[in-house]
Amino acid sequence: MRVLVLAKEDHQTQAAKPPTPEAMAEFQKFNEELVKAGVVIGDGRLYPSSQGKRMRFDGKKRTVIDGPFAETKELVAGYWLWQVRSMDEALEWLKRSPFDAGTYEIRQIMEFEGM
Amino acid sequence: MTELSPAATEAHRAIEAIWRIESARLIAGLARVVGDIGTAEELAQDALVAALEQWPISGVPEKPGAWLMGTARHHAIDLLRRRQTLQRKHEEIGRDIQQAQEDTGPASAIDGDGGDDLLGLIFMACHPVLSKDARVALTLRVLGGLTTEEIARGFLTPVSTIAQRIVRAKRTLTEAHARFEVPDGAERAARLPSVLEVIYLIFNEGYSATAGEDLVRPALCEEALRLGRILAELIPTEAEVHGLVALMEIQVSRLRSRVGPSGEPVLLLDQDRAHWDRLLISRGLTALERAEGLAGAMGPYALQAAIAACHARAATAAETDWPRIVALYDAVAQLAPSPVVELNRAVAVGMAFGPAAGLDLVDALVQEPALKAYHLLPAVRGELLRKLGRSEEARAEFERAASLTQNVVERKLLLRRAAECTAERMAG
Repeated sequence: MRVLVLAKEDHQTQAAKPPTPEAMAEFQKFNEELVKAGVVIGDGRLYPSSQGKRMRFDGKKRTVIDGPFAETKELVAGYWLWQVRSMDEALEWLKRSPFDAGTYEIRQIMEFEGM
Repeated sequence: MTELSPAATEAHRAIEAIWRIESARLIAGLARVVGDIGTAEELAQDALVAALEQWPISGVPEKPGAWLMGTARHHAIDLLRRRQTLQRKHEEIGRDIQQAQEDTGPASAIDGDGGDDLLGLIFMACHPVLSKDARVALTLRVLGGLTTEEIARGFLTPVSTIAQRIVRAKRTLTEAHARFEVPDGAERAARLPSVLEVIYLIFNEGYSATAGEDLVRPALCEEALRLGRILAELIPTEAEVHGLVALMEIQVSRLRSRVGPSGEPVLLLDQDRAHWDRLLISRGLTALERAEGLAGAMGPYALQAAIAACHARAATAAETDWPRIVALYDAVAQLAPSPVVELNRAVAVGMAFGPAAGLDLVDALVQEPALKAYHLLPAVRGELLRKLGRSEEARAEFERAASLTQNVVERKLLLRRAAECTAERMAG
């Protein structure tokens, strides 16, 4: 099955602290381990919400809202697409990550039945 | 039977997931030290049993992989000591692997990042002394971390058959004195096809189930893809590994379009291309580029991936570059000639240059002994005859094809084709 791992960060409206080289290196190492295990099939990091747009739908009406989206507590900052055998496996992998802050959400992607 | 507490149940599920992640590396690290897969797997299983006993009470350790490896390593060292004692007593029992152990010492031998060990395990499980069936079962067991039951389910084979196959495979490896090693150079070139074949066999069993009620068994495709992706990371310089990965990624991108709402197969050209998985296609095309970018002529997997890519790139079935597909099949036929490739080539010729040209080629294959029981031969012949308006002959071919397939769903489709031919004849 495939899962989407959403990295959520709390304070995106503020100028995000760039990660330390050590933290980056640790993350790279973890990501590499995942790739080598055949787990990662896609990933991406998002620019801060200040560069994002939202569109709200109300009947035929479309309203565009400019970022930053200050009202939201947890904004998606990045995503991973993982191929795993179970939600438990995804949890086990995520436990091994070097992250020390933030919330990561794992959601199963709907697929072909029985996949 | 006592009821497990929620915490214990959770621990069990975590252990299962951890086993899935760690077992291959664990077995690989141990196999290098003890020299054979059977002992390595037993040691790994012992560590798993210890985890199942202890973790539900003590909690899952922070580094479960290191815990399992540490536990197994203790057992391995004990075992090696016993063996060495035995060796001193009966020198003729000695094995060359133990000499290597004494040189490096068992403890240091287990450390390291494990990439080479994993590769060694792959080559051992796919050793050419083993039959195809044995290689497939052993690979799924020691590299996929699948239980015997899961493998049996995947292949619709009795559990006892798979269990025996694995036991025999391990014995064969021991008897053949198969060394735990990562072959390179000419030896790797000679042994890699055996590895790729195993991965593709697993993939194909999932992609076009040869028996049973299901048309596809996606779990097997996923196992094969995972193994292929791991192998591509371990030996990125081997073009055919990328070729195989490309082929599997592109084929699996169509998995959900291959089966209709009531479980019936949908042929490639009739599939709704909007449902093809664009991510997998783009991964497949990238892998194909990697294969093409490496030195040397394209191998059979890269060529088949290039054919699959022709379909993937065509926005509609009508836009398919059939002449290119014919040319690619020509190349496959030169490299790895087989009646099945000829049959596929005939289909492509029929699409590129008309059904009569395709039928000529298929007719030349009718006497081919290897295709005698191959249901796709009459199925293809039926399709070409039908396009030529020869409905009565087409019907007979579809019925013949239906009688040859073991897959229930496919048989239904073929019988429907036969009925359509009858209807066409009545109408015509």
